[in-house]
Amino acid sequence: MAHTEKKHHITPYSTYIIVWLALVIFTSITVTVAGISLGTYTLLVALFIAAIKSALVINIFMHIKFDESIFKVFLILSGTTLFVIFLLTFFDFLYR
Amino acid sequence: MTNSSAVLNQKSFYEEGNTKAKSGLAAWIFSTDHKRIGLMYLSAIAIFFSVAAIIGIFMRLELISTGKDLMDAQTYNTLFTLHGVIMIFLFIIPGIPAVFGNFFLPLQLGARDVSFPRLNLFSFWIYITGAILVLLSLVLPGGPIDTGWTFYIPYSVRSGTNISLAIFAAFVLGFSSILTGINFITTVHRLRAPGMSWFKMPLFVWATYATAWIQIIATPVIAITIVLVIIERLFGVGIFDPSLGGDPILYQHLFWIYSHPAVYIMILPAMGVVSEIIPTFARRTIFGYKAIAISSLAIAFVGYLVWAHHMFTSGMSDTARWIFSLLTFLVALPSGVKVFNWVATMYKGSIDPKPPFLWVMNFIFLFSIGGLTGLVLGSLVTDVHLHDTYFVVAHFHYVMFGGTGTIFFAALYYWFPKIFGKMYNIKTANIGVALFFVAFNLLYFPKFILGYMGMPRRYYDFLPEFESLQFVSTVGSWLMLITLILIIWNLMHGILRGRKSESNPWGGVTLEWHTSSPPPLENFKVIPEVKHEPYDFSQLEDMKND
Amino acid sequence: MTDSNHIIESAADNHIHRDDIGAKMGMWLFLFTEILLFGGLFLVYAVYRFQYPDQFHIAGMDLSTAIGTINTIILLTSSLTVALSITALQKQNKSLSIIMLSLTISLAILFMINKYFEWSGKFSAGIYPGSEDLLSRHNGEILFFGLYFVMTGLHALHVLVGIVLLSIILGMVVNKKITYDYTVKLENSGLYWHLVDLIWIFLFPLFYLIQ
Repeated sequence: MAHTEKKHHITPYSTYIIVWLALVIFTSITVTVAGISLGTYTLLVALFIAAIKSALVINIFMHIKFDESIFKVFLILSGTTLFVIFLLTFFDFLYR
Repeated sequence: MTNSSAVLNQKSFYEEGNTKAKSGLAAWIFSTDHKRIGLMYLSAIAIFFSVAAIIGIFMRLELISTGKDLMDAQTYNTLFTLHGVIMIFLFIIPGIPAVFGNFFLPLQLGARDVSFPRLNLFSFWIYITGAILVLLSLVLPGGPIDTGWTFYIPYSVRSGTNISLAIFAAFVLGFSSILTGINFITTVHRLRAPGMSWFKMPLFVWATYATAWIQIIATPVIAITIVLVIIERLFGVGIFDPSLGGDPILYQHLFWIYSHPAVYIMILPAMGVVSEIIPTFARRTIFGYKAIAISSLAIAFVGYLVWAHHMFTSGMSDTARWIFSLLTFLVALPSGVKVFNWVATMYKGSIDPKPPFLWVMNFIFLFSIGGLTGLVLGSLVTDVHLHDTYFVVAHFHYVMFGGTGTIFFAALYYWFPKIFGKMYNIKTANIGVALFFVAFNLLYFPKFILGYMGMPRRYYDFLPEFESLQFVSTVGSWLMLITLILIIWNLMHGILRGRKSESNPWGGVTLEWHTSSPPPLENFKVIPEVKHEPYDFSQLEDMKND
Repeated sequence: MTDSNHIIESAADNHIHRDDIGAKMGMWLFLFTEILLFGGLFLVYAVYRFQYPDQFHIAGMDLSTAIGTINTIILLTSSLTVALSITALQKQNKSLSIIMLSLTISLAILFMINKYFEWSGKFSAGIYPGSEDLLSRHNGEILFFGLYFVMTGLHALHVLVGIVLLSIILGMVVNKKITYDYTVKLENSGLYWHLVDLIWIFLFPLFYLIQ
């Protein structure tokens, strides 16, 4: 990505509206699915949909797809940290 | 590298401020100049260090012989809590980053200030607010806190003392730490002088950068934990309290998820200072520059993964215990990389044993003892025996005071002529270093033996068989007091009466030595262009000729 | 490296320099601290849900999926409007930008009103921290409601801060302190607001969708 392009990237209105529609659709899916009993998978499905929604928000709304690539590195860093904290803490609670 | 003669008759930052007020208190407390902010931190931190040190002396006095000598058990409980809280939250954590990071990060990068100067001033004021809250928690009705600096659940929910206020103070201080971290990371990314690529940055900058990352990634976890404890105390919301179903061990996890990386917030900048001082006084480029730079990041990363080694005896699962023990041993690797590279730098160098260098020698010796005994504690089998004994107390005083504390003095003695443009008495400084070494070992080494014999920490009384070693330790504390007075008096005398120092008395080559001492308001008349490796001493001749 | 050179040049000739990328970087770093702050809470939630799966299930029944869904849609829409206001300003359409920002603030206030009715409903049903009704329940349910009040409460606090922040920004747009060629303050506030939305995206299924 050239520097000038990054600096002047303006997301068109239509992109935002499409993303918003997608978010609303995913919300209705997750509400509907929650009504169906899927046992242990209910939580996984709900979190999976939440992950897709947050990816949309971060990439488009928060513009990270078009910004400096170092921000992506930062984001991955904080996400990894969080994941590692969860993983290591659960080594305690899973094996009590 | 053209400006050293040109700036000789330039005004220093003491004479020229960036506030409306030209002089007096307002010219300091409203100044966004990173150098003034650094010095304000220095004065605040010096006061808190003195207070906590005196508390420590009183604790040692109580322990001079068996039975009640000076105070009752409850007073002793509050004193060790205060000693811990003040030393950790008000001195060691902000110490090197807030004082020397603020003063020297922009100078070493060749920048005019940090990225967000106003935020920087704001961080300072948050720090002061937090400090005032800590002091308020001492005097307000309810009484000073008595939980130890770890605030373990369930006692911290039930103790009637001013816990809520004290931990809110820790929250406020954490906020200051986070903002400083954000500022430093952005500064390193955005304000490096032309030509200063990542691997041309001085190693103190690398260390401060890694520290800043820990500050912003770890501190939020303690912030939320503290908020949860406050909410639990104020509203009776069930979170950690076992009587409401909560899990106190989960609190310990969250507490140490921050507080262990915080140990690296304390030690990493110190290691950065060591990497500055050794090449300057060995007149030799640093050995393994990249290895040291990367090992800072590695320590920051691995240091994040080892927190539960504080909890081996807490009742967490065996699987977690051996995993965390294994990870703990991994931290020794990057630390070892640093120590061996420092020693290799000195090999065949032309060493000039000035006081800052002698402080570093002290550091390497004391920190090595502290680090190696850390392995003893990181090992499951031995930790079960030594947990919560004086062995732990000795270990962390060797690491924190012998490590970070020593380097705090090293940094003061190294950058003193740069900050104040004056020089202290070298001979007195040398005596101070030697006395410090004796006093330190007299004070803390007996604690290893006491701990091994089974003396538990945080007790105001002990069995008769411990008496002789406890007495030795107390004598050590008196010698330490005398030493500290000597060290600080020498510095104060240097500031007030010291002879004028030349601009670059040690022959340092990193960018802070390329400007006048003390530096002018915006550091450099012309932003220098970096052409050399950071520790390339061949440029010293050019710097003198300019 | 190219962009940092660009900044240094501007810093060298002009002592008061403007570094939009730096400002944004600072904002992102701040957002990471927010993510980790809530991350700690999510960890507590995960551990207790793992320990008391059935009680979380039973307690979750007491929350209204409808209110949760409505608030989700409100927040998503406010995220859209704040994003649109940035584009509008960048395209020099100031009045549209102002309308969109005002809409965002109104939606945020609407969210808080909903929240108020939701919480007061719980209170009048006798579910609040330390209430007799709650204490008579099983430990897992006490923890669930403890976390519910803390997590949605902390989120609501962030919404309140967002309302104040966006109102200040709105004033600055109106007074031309923020213009089409200098939008970084607006963008940063937008980032904050999206983060508030992002956290809700996870809070929603974890509390309101346990059926």
